[in-house]
Amino acid sequence: MMNLDFNEKDRFHENKVFLNRVVACVLFINIATAGLVVRLVYLQVVGHSHYSTLAQDNRVKISPLPPTRGMIIDRNGEVLANNFPTYSLEVFLDRVPDVETTLGELKKLLSLSDDEIDRFNTLRHRHKGFEAIPLRIQLSEEEMALFSVRMPQFPGVEIQRRMLRTYPYGELTAHVVGYVGRISEAELQKLDPSVYSGTYHIGKSGVEKAYEDVLHGKAGYEEIETNVQGRSISVLGQTGPQSGADLYLSLDIGMQKVAQDALGEFKGAVAAIEPSTGHVLAMASNPSFDPNPFVQGISRAQFETLQNSPDRPLYNRVLRGIYPPGSTVKPFMALAGLEYGQVTAGRRVSCPGFFRLPGSDHRYRDWKKSGHGGVDLRLAITQSCDVYFYQLALRLGIDRMNHYLRKFGFGEKTGIDMDGEKAGIYPSTEWKLKNRKAAWFPGESLIAGIGQGYVQATPLQMARATAILANKGKAVEPRVLDHMKAPPDTEEPFPLGISENIPIPPANWRAVVDAMVDVVHSARGTAKGIAGGLTYHIAGKTGTAQVFSVGQGQSYKHMRVKAQLKDHAWFIAFAPAEAPRIAIAVVVENGGHGGSVAAPIAKAVIQYYLKGH
Amino acid sequence: MSTKGAPILEEIPLYGPKAGHSWSQRLHLDLPLLVGLLMLSGVAFVVLYSAGGQKIEMVLRQAGRLGLAMSIMTAIAQIHPRHLRLYSPVLYLVGVVLLAAVLIFGETSLGATRWLNLGVVRFQPSEMVKLTMPMMIAWFLASQPMPPVLRHVLVAGTLIIVPTLMIAKQPDLGTALLVFASGWAVLFLAGLSWNYVLALMVLGGSLLPVLWHFMHGYQRDRVLMFLNPESDPLGRGYHIIQSKIAIGSGGIYGKGWLHGTQSHLDFLPEPSTDFVFAVLAEEFGLLGCVGLLAIYLFILARCFYIVVQAQDKFSRLLSGAMTVTFFVYVFVNVGMVIGILPVVGVPLPLISYGGTSMVTLLAGFGILMSIQTHRKLLPPLESP
Repeated sequence: MMNLDFNEKDRFHENKVFLNRVVACVLFINIATAGLVVRLVYLQVVGHSHYSTLAQDNRVKISPLPPTRGMIIDRNGEVLANNFPTYSLEVFLDRVPDVETTLGELKKLLSLSDDEIDRFNTLRHRHKGFEAIPLRIQLSEEEMALFSVRMPQFPGVEIQRRMLRTYPYGELTAHVVGYVGRISEAELQKLDPSVYSGTYHIGKSGVEKAYEDVLHGKAGYEEIETNVQGRSISVLGQTGPQSGADLYLSLDIGMQKVAQDALGEFKGAVAAIEPSTGHVLAMASNPSFDPNPFVQGISRAQFETLQNSPDRPLYNRVLRGIYPPGSTVKPFMALAGLEYGQVTAGRRVSCPGFFRLPGSDHRYRDWKKSGHGGVDLRLAITQSCDVYFYQLALRLGIDRMNHYLRKFGFGEKTGIDMDGEKAGIYPSTEWKLKNRKAAWFPGESLIAGIGQGYVQATPLQMARATAILANKGKAVEPRVLDHMKAPPDTEEPFPLGISENIPIPPANWRAVVDAMVDVVHSARGTAKGIAGGLTYHIAGKTGTAQVFSVGQGQSYKHMRVKAQLKDHAWFIAFAPAEAPRIAIAVVVENGGHGGSVAAPIAKAVIQYYLKGH
Repeated sequence: MSTKGAPILEEIPLYGPKAGHSWSQRLHLDLPLLVGLLMLSGVAFVVLYSAGGQKIEMVLRQAGRLGLAMSIMTAIAQIHPRHLRLYSPVLYLVGVVLLAAVLIFGETSLGATRWLNLGVVRFQPSEMVKLTMPMMIAWFLASQPMPPVLRHVLVAGTLIIVPTLMIAKQPDLGTALLVFASGWAVLFLAGLSWNYVLALMVLGGSLLPVLWHFMHGYQRDRVLMFLNPESDPLGRGYHIIQSKIAIGSGGIYGKGWLHGTQSHLDFLPEPSTDFVFAVLAEEFGLLGCVGLLAIYLFILARCFYIVVQAQDKFSRLLSGAMTVTFFVYVFVNVGMVIGILPVVGVPLPLISYGGTSMVTLLAGFGILMSIQTHRKLLPPLESP
């Protein structure tokens, strides 16, 4: 009984202890569960927006879709710059476990050059994240096969289809159309990444550079849902790329070829303009180069060869070549003289073969030692009498010459829709004071009067001046672009400047142009050699620009002067003289006489344009 | 009370084949508990279909396992608690021997040696120990007066710590922790003095550096990452961060079934096993999480009902310990997934994909059901 009592008591006590512990457990479980719920509320309610953003970033990657670059087409529909599909080897850095090893392996496999590795490394430090970095832009079929077999060994390295720029006419269009090249570090800083994502190339020169914004288009985007390895699962959304606009140039590739061929072995430039519109018909700079290697990335050695060549093939002589225009300024001088009343068409000047400033012994020589005898304005231009223009220059004075010739664009940029043109120089007393810190000497006016001395002009400036002359004073600005198929809101990259027309009295114009016709078509014309076979009139003017000056009392011995020091030959012309359709300027470096070297080139181009097709 | 065979000891089964009760009673199944478990399984299928990449085969395989585990549960429910108690020491010894065998002959997969190849099936002895551990401790303490004295505590402690260390050595920190918890729960329920509880906590705390010393590199990493997951977002802290992103982005209402992006795009590690809760949280939001916890609480409530109804010390201690352990399962897994506990490989009970833990768990519920359905009608206790 006692035992049972004890047992009963014991049982009761044990029961109490156990139930206490159960209550403790239930309490613990409830508190712990409440703790879980609090944490869940913290994550799912308080932190919801934060984690939602993270989740979104996690799964959606933005992949750029590069736009197709606009084509460049000449006035007859010939394609000057095109795109062709190619396969490139590209590296997704975020997926490559060890870039150095991968590069080493690929170098062995595809015999990558050090240039390619260097360029890749530069790009690599610049790009971040998801974007692919090209290692080799154009894979050959063998290389593709070679790589495809070993592709599993190279995670993150893929073959991608890309559009690559190509220039079917190569050297013919290298200067005017220009070329695209890999985007440089400096360029990258200025580019809008939302427009250029996925684009590797940018216009580097010529029209490609000038109209870069229009040609390039706008990158699109693909929102790609990815898994943790970064592999695409599906495309969530797409903003298509906006293709670049096709550009239709006023250029005539046929004429371009004629010009380039006519220049032949000579270094020089041809600029041909349609006077009524300013449209550039041909723009040839010789020697030229093949722009295509620049697209894929020209090798350093190749580039240095081009860069260091004494013939300077990379240099666009039409826009950037500044030469003393020589006697080609004489028609404009004559107009200035007539305008300011310093000459009349009929006034005769006696040319003894030299000109002396009053009170000076210094002889300013005529190119013709024996002199031209008595010459009026027409003869002075036809025979290119220097003495006549020395005298005219002295009468006008440099500032009036400057004032008048500047209207034709001397010393001013032409405003062509391309980058990098030079303005040349047309001096004035003010200019000299500013740039040479010296007073103007009257003798310098004489030299300027025959387009020498400080006077410098580009072939394009000369072509434009000729076009304005052909237009009877109506000013035009040269344009390479005829029209483009761009969206209507596209900003015109090169708005036309406001050029003032020059009021030229018809009689004055007549006098000068008749003389220019005589240059080609009269027996005493300096370019009479090209008159044969013409069924229309060409109004032209030759020029010979001295490269070095002949000392007093020395005679210019043609044959003894080294080739590099021979005179530059000029010829400017427009045709038909009565109703001009083309204005042209030709310069041939070290070509000697304008009439014999430059004029035939101009004639070939004019003939092609007026008769050739 | 002078005669032998006191009427209070006469056994009048509440449930039994003769009782003519419902099918569940005749099968020794506890209906509310069964309902809770089936609700959980239903949730599991829905979540797994999404987490496993919408492959119906996966769900069917899991359903097959559930069927098997349910059969085992039913079978165990038929065994009288008396017999369970009788076999406890033997089963415990077998478990320890098998653990030793694993350490010597075990198969290694994924850097851990947990499996014993019995020719026909691969077997994980540590799973069995999850059950035999509380049984053994309950067997031992049931024969002693409560609360246990120091000597008994030390014996029980030794019985707990030996298999725990063997499992930790495999290494399987998660299971070791659960086994340890299940044994410790028995001690606690038996009335282990609060002083001992505190002492154990202090001892555990002071042993942490020692434990650290013995930890494997990856285990240390997990602890470090738990302390500061953002320190290495693409490396070792990745799991925790991605899991938190999944849960947090789910919000209150979730992204909807099959619309969880984290889990479907492989950002979430092991979305159908250890991190399945994150999938649920992402797709069903806070409401889904609370709903799941409510089901767990319902099951736990029924378990505690069984615990307090149990009539002998062994049954009470065992059922109580298993109930607490079940909650520890849930808490450790959810705590890990939501980033308040370090990453240990503990599956979410009855939701995570996989058969092993499910069989063990349902076997445990079988024991609970056996305890509930083999009760005898006893007169109410009267105070002496």
